[in-house]
Amino acid sequence: MYWFVFLLGAPLVAAAWLAFDAHPYRSAWVNKIAAALTFIASLGLAVQVLRHGRLMVWDGWFFMDAFNVFLVALTAFVATTTAIFSGPYMRHELEAGKIDGNRLRLYHAMYQLFVFGMFLGQTSNNLAIIWLSLEIATLATVLLVSLYRTPGSIAAAWKYLIICGVGISLALFGTATLFFASSDVLGHGEAALTWTRLYASADQLDPTVMRLAFVFLMVGYGTKVGLAPMHTWLPDAHAEGPTPVSAVLSGLLLNLALYALVRCKMLVDASTGTHFAGNLMMGFGLLSLLVAAFSLHKQHDIKRMFSFSSIEHMGLMTFTFGLGTPVANFAAMLHMTTHSLVKSGIFFTVGHAAQVMGTQVMSDIRGLINHQPGIGWGLLIGTCAIAGFPPFGVFTSEFLIFSAALQSYPWTVSILLIGLLIAVAGLFRFVPDMTYGEVPEHAKLVHANMLPVYIHFSLALLLGISIPGFLASWYHQAAALIAGGAT
Amino acid sequence: MMIFLVNLAQILLMILAAPMAVGIVKKMKARLQNRQGAGISQPYRDLSKLFGKELLLAENASWIFRAAPYIVFTSTVLAASVVPVIVVDSPFSWTADVIALAGFLAIGTFFTALAGMDVGTAFGGMGASREMTFAALAEPALLMSIFVLSVSAQSTNLSVMIHHILEAGLLLKPSIAFALIAMLMVSIVENGRIPVDNPGTHLEVTMIHEAMLLEYSGRHLALIEWATQIKLVLFATLIFDLFFPWGISGTVAVSALLIALGLWVFKLIVFFVLLVIMETGLAKMRLFEVPQFLSTAFFLALLGMFMHYILEVGAQ
Amino acid sequence: MSSELLQQIITMGAALMLLISFALLSQKRMLSLLHWFALQGIVLAAVTALVGYTSDNTELYISATITLMLKGVLLPWVLWKIIRQMHVHREVEPLVNIPMTMLIAAALVVFSYQVTLPIEHLSHLITRNTIAVAMANVLLGMLMMITRKKAITQVIGFLAIENSLFFAGVGATYGMPLVAELGVAFDVLIASVVFGLFFYHIRDTFESLDLNKMEK
Repeated sequence: MYWFVFLLGAPLVAAAWLAFDAHPYRSAWVNKIAAALTFIASLGLAVQVLRHGRLMVWDGWFFMDAFNVFLVALTAFVATTTAIFSGPYMRHELEAGKIDGNRLRLYHAMYQLFVFGMFLGQTSNNLAIIWLSLEIATLATVLLVSLYRTPGSIAAAWKYLIICGVGISLALFGTATLFFASSDVLGHGEAALTWTRLYASADQLDPTVMRLAFVFLMVGYGTKVGLAPMHTWLPDAHAEGPTPVSAVLSGLLLNLALYALVRCKMLVDASTGTHFAGNLMMGFGLLSLLVAAFSLHKQHDIKRMFSFSSIEHMGLMTFTFGLGTPVANFAAMLHMTTHSLVKSGIFFTVGHAAQVMGTQVMSDIRGLINHQPGIGWGLLIGTCAIAGFPPFGVFTSEFLIFSAALQSYPWTVSILLIGLLIAVAGLFRFVPDMTYGEVPEHAKLVHANMLPVYIHFSLALLLGISIPGFLASWYHQAAALIAGGAT
Repeated sequence: MMIFLVNLAQILLMILAAPMAVGIVKKMKARLQNRQGAGISQPYRDLSKLFGKELLLAENASWIFRAAPYIVFTSTVLAASVVPVIVVDSPFSWTADVIALAGFLAIGTFFTALAGMDVGTAFGGMGASREMTFAALAEPALLMSIFVLSVSAQSTNLSVMIHHILEAGLLLKPSIAFALIAMLMVSIVENGRIPVDNPGTHLEVTMIHEAMLLEYSGRHLALIEWATQIKLVLFATLIFDLFFPWGISGTVAVSALLIALGLWVFKLIVFFVLLVIMETGLAKMRLFEVPQFLSTAFFLALLGMFMHYILEVGAQ
Repeated sequence: MSSELLQQIITMGAALMLLISFALLSQKRMLSLLHWFALQGIVLAAVTALVGYTSDNTELYISATITLMLKGVLLPWVLWKIIRQMHVHREVEPLVNIPMTMLIAAALVVFSYQVTLPIEHLSHLITRNTIAVAMANVLLGMLMMITRKKAITQVIGFLAIENSLFFAGVGATYGMPLVAELGVAFDVLIASVVFGLFFYHIRDTFESLDLNKMEK
């Protein structure tokens, strides 16, 4: 219980503090400490949940099971390392004059508010609060994306705000429709939006209404996951915001949206007794995978390119959760973990690379390894990891995804394979040129903080070589939990 | 036998009372504008004078120009014969179809426009082109608003529709409210009233309906004017039939017929008062705004249709 | 009696909401657009209060008050101030001409009716038909966001969508639980503040609120 107070309280208190603290060092430390506290709290909660099973907090307003406690731990971890990374990074931006003290306060406060929104959404038992927390996280990141106030960042943030605003209101419509079905069964009150109550009586909900609700939830939350064709906000938002923001967008926010979607899918498939929601997710997932793989080739901006890679992987995860078998869920969660770790690591590296070269245009970034080996190797290793080369964790999870797909829908494997190969070809079309070759004259040396990057990559490597026993059993619990709704 | 007579009487009533109705409108309008105005029987005097006058034909007028007044008058009278005034049923009630009604009105409009173009003057052609532009938009709106009622009565027969509305009683139905507003808007255009057209104007740039009639004289002009007057009463009666049919007689009993007649006159007067107030209060809209006005009417009627299907059918 | 009256109120409210959605799409001047938008908020508040009265749900009074203050008065007023302050052009400037927009809108209404048709046959709540209208309103709001050039019209479209969602909640289920309602109201408030901030950022950066200027 105390852990839980820490988990939600630390980001809120820190956000309030940081809103008034413009001191570059102190505020960065507060940011780090608050994030680290949530990580410790999340580990404490994870131990409890894994020992005692599902945990209900505060009269059932919040709950923790194997699935969401896993996400909470992942979120807290990435949030902590990003906070560590963002300290020197934002100081560099401050010194370069791209932001001022007020913007730094805004950045830190919004970062913590975003983290709060993430935890609120992941632990809430109420579908309306899950919705609300996604909206909080969105609004916080909108302000973060527009932090530099350049024309590009304003336009990107506006696009993000409008597209996700519409998406999220469709999700609300879906939630209202769901409530329309459930208030018939569970009465006219909070219970009818409480996830655990809904799930317990899913088979009594009207299947037609649930189907309609899911279509809206799929499009609404799918917009936030970055699924094609609602993905257009994502590359802009990633490219124009500060790098730590790109890292948490890709590594965390998309996960929360996917989490909400999976929770709804569990309900809907349990209610309809069919695989309707799963099929819809598989369709959107495959489409996003293909669209992103082809779009990767046409990019000029390094952050945009990697954001399309995020769309590709989110599509893959959505597809895999859509399959719905325990193996698939296991694979999807492993993929979520490895993708979050590797992708945020890549964005850290890319941020430094852009600082070194003074540009995000890929054709102007050359010879990173010769110039600053840490950054260059980081980019190359990260790219290999995200492309799914063994022995990295992404390889393991993609392998599991293939075997899960072969079990239930063999014909999809060829599409997956084509999509992934095209995406890998896209990545390696640009990355070698950037890491090798002549160093441009305008390149400068920056104080690179590569520690978080290497922590992320080595964890991904560890997951690829052997998954620790406790983690595997954790995943198994969660996978069985999610699959329970799919039968 | 009685019913034949009553029906004949109600058609004649509408035809003969139409000039007086217009006279009343003009008188009320004059009083509202602090003028004395001509007496209410002035339209009769105008008509009889025109019938007595020499007929002048334009040099290059063809048979269309000469035939048009008769066709316009006949089609309007036929349209009037379809609309029940004081008694719902008639031996010909199977012909009382709203689509036929719209067709008769369209024939009248069509021949007026043809005649306007026939003599080849600039004004005639201009008026005809404007009239046809508006007619093309007004017809769908008119039909759509009538259809809103037809779908709930499941018939396009006016008598059946009136019976249905009488049985359903007074209901607050959004679909009907929307259809009524659309219908009123269309009536304004079809009758060339302010704010769309000004029946009293002879100013070239603004006139629509009058422009087509500039070359007419004598009994031709009289027939067309009379047809226009009938059309106004016809539309008013149609609106009463469709939206406020209460009081109309289902039998041929004399007392019921008298009540129906009295109520009809009462409704007409209320309608005209509203019309006059509106015409005095509003300025004429610019010409290019009329299509927008009509499309608004059409969309209102369409919304009424949606309302009927979504809210009213679904709720039953 | 009560349930019949309730149905009449909701039906009338649904009709008005749909009418206002069409009216919003057909406006050519910013000021009249704002008037219709404010009217939508007032109608929404009135329907909410009436539903609360007839179904004895006092929570709905709170929602109705918030709606009236926020959507009927505060937001239209703030938007009007912004338009005045920023010298926004008075015309709405649609990307697709208005009759075409209206035809698309009509098609969207038919579409939402088709989609919700299966529910109406299955469910036994008297207000199920408002789901179709609410969905149509949401789609019309999206249409408005897509077919208008200005940032402000996009925001009005967004808020109109929120209004329709609120109406869906009230009409179809006599109001969502209070937590949800308060959450949504809070969200609209914060989102509007962010929107307002962005108006200033966009104007300062692009010297116009015309979104075409944002495209490079």
